[in-house]
Amino acid sequence: MKISTIRELLGATVVTGEDKLGEHVYAACGSDMMSDVLAFVKDQAVLLTGLVNTQVVRTAEMMDMRCVVFVRDKQPTPDIVRLARESGIVVLATGRRMYEACGILYSSGLVGNKVKEPAV
Amino acid sequence: MSEGLSFHFDVDGDSFTSAGQASVQVKKDLRRLGVDPEIIRRVSIAMYEGEINMVIHAHGGHAEVRVTEQAVEIILEDRGPGIADIEQAMQAGFSTAPDAIRSLGFGAGMGLPNMKRYTDHMDIQSTVGVGTRITMRVDLPQ
Repeated sequence: MKISTIRELLGATVVTGEDKLGEHVYAACGSDMMSDVLAFVKDQAVLLTGLVNTQVVRTAEMMDMRCVVFVRDKQPTPDIVRLARESGIVVLATGRRMYEACGILYSSGLVGNKVKEPAV
Repeated sequence: MSEGLSFHFDVDGDSFTSAGQASVQVKKDLRRLGVDPEIIRRVSIAMYEGEINMVIHAHGGHAEVRVTEQAVEIILEDRGPGIADIEQAMQAGFSTAPDAIRSLGFGAGMGLPNMKRYTDHMDIQSTVGVGTRITMRVDLPQ
């Protein structure tokens, strides 16, 4: 799913990464607990979260994620935006609640179950 | 790369905001060395969890990353409170982190299990009141 489609489906605003809206994501993860996010590697994923701090972007960066969506009208702080810009991660903000936002993306085909266990 | 490369980092224990900087740098360094992206992801996630742990529990510490032709080795050392029961600490969901840390998105008791999950070898040496030394290794494809 294109990031621009995610933006349309969620009625989200683009906080940073306007130039990367044409990129694709293939999986999704919705959580406020970053260690739960870090537990499963997904390829080119989008992270939906209601947590607002810089570690959200760091977590996304470690996972090679493409996009972070802040739900429930949470507004990312300037240091979050700066870090995301440096890391090349698109940041969206939506008024949708987590459950709604995940449901909308899931029912639109972004099932997010391409969980790939690391080859250990 | 035959003789191996080594990177050293000091992890600042006072700033939750800056936690993860060493892992970001390691990710860049490994990318520059041309290491496989999947390996880089495993190394950086394991190190990031370790770094977060050092900030939450131990007021920071030191990290060393060694790269050889065979593997990437991460050594994390702190002078924190130590781990009383390592077996218990390794259980997913067990955590001694305060609520304040949970509200920041960590402290779910997944850090050490994630570190083990993403590495090929992990060893924890810890003494209560002295500190903790964790060695992790991710093997490179031969």
